[in-house]
Formats: sequence, structure tokens, C-alpha cells
Amino acid sequence: MRRETWAAYSFLSPWLIGFAVFMAGPMVASLVLSFTDYDVLTSTDFVGGENYRQLLADPRVRTSIANTLIYTALHVPVTMIVALALAMLLARVGRRSAGFFRTIFYLPTITPKVAVGVLFLLLFNGQVGLVNAGLGKIGIEGPNWTVDGPWIKPGLVLIGAWSLGSTVIIYLAALQNVPRDLYEAAEMDGASAWARFRAVTVPMISGALFFTLIINTIASLQTFDEVYTAFYGSANQQTYGNDAALFYVVYLFQQAFQFLHMGYASALAWLLFLIIVVITVVQVRLSRRFVYYENE
Amino acid sequence: MFIRSSRFVVGCALALVLAGCGGVGGWKSDDTAAVTLTTMGFGTADEIAKTRFDAANAAIAPSRAQASEGSFDAQAFLSAVASGSPPDLVYMERRLLGTYAAKKAIMPLGDCVEREKIDMSQFREAAVAEATLNGQLYGMPDFYNNRVLILSDAAFAEVNLDPAALDTGDRQALSTAAARLTKMSGGKLQRIGFDPKMPEFLPLWARANGASLVSQDGKTAQLNDPKVIEVVEYTVGLINEQGGWSNFKSFRDSFDFFGAKNQFASNQLGAFPMEDFYLNVLAANSPKAKVTVAPFRGVDGQPVDWITGNAWAIPAKSPHAEQACEWIKTMTDSQTWIAAAKARAEVRQKENKPFLGVFTGNKKADEVIFRDHVKPDPAVQTVLKAQESGFSEPAMAAGEEFKAAWQNAVNRVLEGKQTPAQAMAEAQQQAQAALDKANSGS
Repeated sequence: MRRETWAAYSFLSPWLIGFAVFMAGPMVASLVLSFTDYDVLTSTDFVGGENYRQLLADPRVRTSIANTLIYTALHVPVTMIVALALAMLLARVGRRSAGFFRTIFYLPTITPKVAVGVLFLLLFNGQVGLVNAGLGKIGIEGPNWTVDGPWIKPGLVLIGAWSLGSTVIIYLAALQNVPRDLYEAAEMDGASAWARFRAVTVPMISGALFFTLIINTIASLQTFDEVYTAFYGSANQQTYGNDAALFYVVYLFQQAFQFLHMGYASALAWLLFLIIVVITVVQVRLSRRFVYYENE
Repeated sequence: MFIRSSRFVVGCALALVLAGCGGVGGWKSDDTAAVTLTTMGFGTADEIAKTRFDAANAAIAPSRAQASEGSFDAQAFLSAVASGSPPDLVYMERRLLGTYAAKKAIMPLGDCVEREKIDMSQFREAAVAEATLNGQLYGMPDFYNNRVLILSDAAFAEVNLDPAALDTGDRQALSTAAARLTKMSGGKLQRIGFDPKMPEFLPLWARANGASLVSQDGKTAQLNDPKVIEVVEYTVGLINEQGGWSNFKSFRDSFDFFGAKNQFASNQLGAFPMEDFYLNVLAANSPKAKVTVAPFRGVDGQPVDWITGNAWAIPAKSPHAEQACEWIKTMTDSQTWIAAAKARAEVRQKENKPFLGVFTGNKKADEVIFRDHVKPDPAVQTVLKAQESGFSEPAMAAGEEFKAAWQNAVNRVLEGKQTPAQAMAEAQQQAQAALDKANSGS
């Protein structure tokens, strides 16, 4: 092997070692554990495909998958649309102000998810929360967001949209790379603002849109921190747990660390992995028709 | 040469390690070696904890225990056990002991009791029963949380009712009182009349109705007992008559529960069953909000007191089990509790706040504490009286799953997704399956 190749590998080695030890190794271990009855404390028994058979028959798995998919279907489009709108506004303001607003929009992203979960309970309380107080000012009687099953996920989507700073920054960078002459040409042809957005902006930033679609979808399918904090974080919250807030990773965590079913939890993790792979593959396939890459 | 000196160094290191780990594997540790015991689940934030911790440390000097300053974390405990470095002592809720005992993660304390000549008669029977699985004791009882009724004098006066006369055993009278105490304005709750604390207090309501959620040996679920279903139906009905679960819970979530503007100070609650520790919270934060304390009564008119609490356990592979046992003996001893209560009484006196005592799993300690350090108080007398009718849920090999099964079931009824009979039948199936699986290995 050439000297340069060895040098490259040596530079890559910290990541490669980290990947093997902290990612690939645990993944293989969890795959093996998914075929066992394992509780950390007693001996591990091989049970074949029993965990997978059990999860297919478990009604709470179905509930948690449905909750997670509904949340993802709401959260991803809302995040992308609001983030794009904010990025387009930011692209229009002056360079100095843009820096200020970029910081403001990004700040919530660095707020710990645990704090977001607590904020959700405070802001969205049906009786005394600020959200319903605001809705009341315009004559709308808000629901009990934190208790009514059908309103829990929309409430979480709204609070989730609060921390979309990263997506805004990605869109802003993409928007700033759209050549101005394309807009000028479209304008000369008499294209309206909507037509320019549809025919120039969207195709030119489709790569960024696709990237955020994938990233946000995966993150939504793995939602845990804010939901767990809001609905399962304490013994008291667990007591009053609402099935509408039973997200997939929350259920996985319960099985692993509350009920000590590590083997079953590993099987749940692999099912989630499979779901994410399938959704991502579908998205990649579809993207070939919609995403424009300049160098292709 | 290099290899030979390496062998020498490794040999010396091994000898040192073996010398230091003389206690590995049970009750044979070296008494004379000073060690630091690791703990999990206990903090020394207040004077009660600190006084007791210091006393227990003094008893094993020159060895000592180190506080972990955090509540029990199953994830951390499992990681420690799995990595072969369990703590020497673990402090957890007694209801969790059964699960860890069935998996042999904590050791039975029979030998410890015998070796240290621990007087088990000083502990309350219900607390000991909660820490006992298959006839073996797995945890030394610590606090003793009683459940009594706390009633707002102001709310009852407003509707011309006598708080002391409220009888939870008389369902019709309770429903009527709850309706009168409930206050609504513009479709929104202003005051909850009576909060049955469901699903949290289902074991109490079930016992008050003459049923138990599980058999005495902790192996057979009884969640579909008609008496349990009946009590779920009644309590959920009580909530529905006070605005429905959604409004009820949203309003309750807005309480400043541990603050000066708590639900009694703000006239947001008529009455509820609650753990006795809350009397100290009220006394410290809103002394002007007057409350009456009454026993929770069953349908037979007799007081019922569901008790829970924490316990000290020793992990099966604790490196210093012997010192840990000695330490636990002092930590839960009556004299240690008395010293801690005295320290709390002094602090309260300095703050010019009342001291309502400490309810412990140790009968002998309670006798002295409430005789010598607590001024006579009707609320305290009620709790002390309630202790005589205390019951606990037996230890179970799948305690967490069992609890999740009935709590989820009641939540489904509260959300209107299932009838009580459907929900409890489903819970029965889930709970029994979990118990059977857990007990099959024990």
C-alpha cells in the first residue's frame, strides 16, 4: 500500500476505532441480543425469533409505531415549510441583521430537549398555559394539549418547530447559492413571485430540501427526550402516562430499563432500524425524480 | 530480564489487589481493612439524611460509605452490575426489591440479620412484608409512607360541610360532597372537589373495597376482581362528574404542588388522599392554609392505610457485604432515627416552623420521636392511628410490569378508550403473563 494511503488511514483511525467500538460493535451485540432473553442480571438464553414474533403481536408496539409515524408525518413537513419561510425572510434582510436573526433562530436549537419537554407542559397546559391564553384572546378555546389524546402530537409538533434553527441555516445557505441571473431571467420572462419560487428556488435548493427531509425524518422516528421528559420522566408522570404519547423509542426504553427486557428491546431497536432504512430508501428513490444536482 | 521484572510487578499488583478485595463473594470481608463503601440512590441533602448517614459511617469507622447524591436509577444500577462493579449498598423503593431479588441481583439479608443480631421486631410488619420475597428478606425498611385524607378547611366551610365527617367508605356521601366542593366557572374548573388520585392510589381504593390487586404471595394477579372493577368505575365516575379527565388533569397539573401557592393555599382543591410527607410540605410552605387530616376509610367503615417506602439492600456481588450489613444496621436503627428527628426538630425550631415528625419503618423510633420531639397535633395523631391499619403490596418478581399493567388500564378508562371491565381484563392478562414469566426462573 502506498505511503499516502497509510497516512490517510492513520488520520482516519480515531474515527474508525470509535465507529467500531461505539457503533458497529454495539450494533452487532444488539443484533445477537435480539435473539435472546437477556435482562443484564441473569444468564442469557437463546430464544430464536421469539422476540420478533412477540413484537409483531404486541399491541403497544403497534400503538407506538402509529404514534411515531403520525408525529413524523406532521413534524417533518411543518418543520420544512416553516424553516423555508424563515430562511427566505432571512435571505431578504441586510447582512448585519441577518447575522442577528440567524443567531436568534438558532438559539432554541441548543436548548436541551429535556427543557423543551418541560416547556411543553407549561406552555401547552389547557387550563393555564400561555398558548391557550393567546388563543383565547382571538376567541378560540384551545384544547387540553397535554391530556387530550388527539392533541398531544400536534402540540409536540408545534413545540418541536420551535427548535428548527439548523434547518433554517441549511436552507439559508442553499438560498444564497441560487444564481441571481436565474431570477433575473425569470423576471424578464414575466414570471410571478410564486412562479419564480416554484420554477427557480425549489429546484435549485432541492438538494438541501432532500437532505433535511432525510435528516428530519430519521430524527422524528427516533424522538425520545422531550416526549419522555413531558410524559414519562418521573414516577408521577409514568403513572398518568398517555398512550397518545407512547412513542416508539419511549416504549423501547421502557422495555429495556423499566422491565429489564433487553433482548426484546434489542429486537425493537432492529425493527426501528428496518423501518428507517425502508423509509430512507423510498425517499432516495423518489428523490431521483425531484432533486436537481448541478454537477449531474 | 524485562520479562522477569514484569512478572514480579504483575505478581505484586495481583497480591495487592487480592489483599484489597478480601471480601469479594459474600460475608467474608476483612473486618480490619478500612474501605469506602459505594452507595446508590441516597443523598444527604437534609439534616435527617445527613445525621443518619454520619451515624452509620461512625459505626463502621475507619471504613465509611460515600453518598451518591441522587435517587435510584435503574439504568445506572444495571450498568454497574453488568460491568461487574456494583455498589456496596443500594437504596430503592421497596416495591422494586422483588424484581431484583428474583433476578438475584440483591442478596437475601437473613445472614446479615443473624450475624449483626438485628432486632427485626423494631420494624413495622407491613414494611418488612413489602421487602420480603418467597420468605426471604431483601431490604431493610427505611421510611414508612402512610396515606391519609387531607381536606381543605376553607373549601369545606364554603359549602357548609364538616371535613372531619367525610367518609370515603360512604360512596354516595362522597360523591355528593365532591359535587358540592367542585367549583366551575365558564366551563373551566376553579376547584376540584375530591381528587381520588387514580390510577396512582388504586391499591388503596381496592383494599378499601375489600379486594387486593395481587395474591398474598405476589404470584397471582387479581386485577379483574369484580370489586377492583367496581372501584375503578366509581373513581373514574367521580372524576367525570368533576369536569372529565381532560379538564381535571390539566387543572391539577397547574397546581403549585410544592410551593407557597399550593392547591390548598389557593383554594383549588377540596380534598384528596395523600402520603403523610405532604403534611410537612404544607406546614413549611403554607402554614396559614388550614387543613384537616382524616383516615381513609373502607366500605366497612374501618380505616385503611396503604404504606410504601424505601429500603436498603445489598447487591449480590457487593465487594464489602459485611461492612454494608453493619452500616445498614445502624442506618435503620431506632437510635439513629431518633437522633435524626431531633436534628430536624432543632432546625424547624430555628426556622420557627412546626415539626410534624418523621414516619419511619421503625416502630421503636416512632414511639420516642412522637413522644419526645413532636408537639401534640391532631393531624399527626391521625397518621399515627392510621398506621395501625397499614397494609402493603407484597413483593413481586415483576413489580414494574405489574404496576404498568394496572396503571395503563385505569388510564385507558380515564381517557374513555375502554370500559373498566375491558381494561382490567386486559391488565389481568398482561400482569399474570409477566408474573408467570418472572416467577418461572425463581
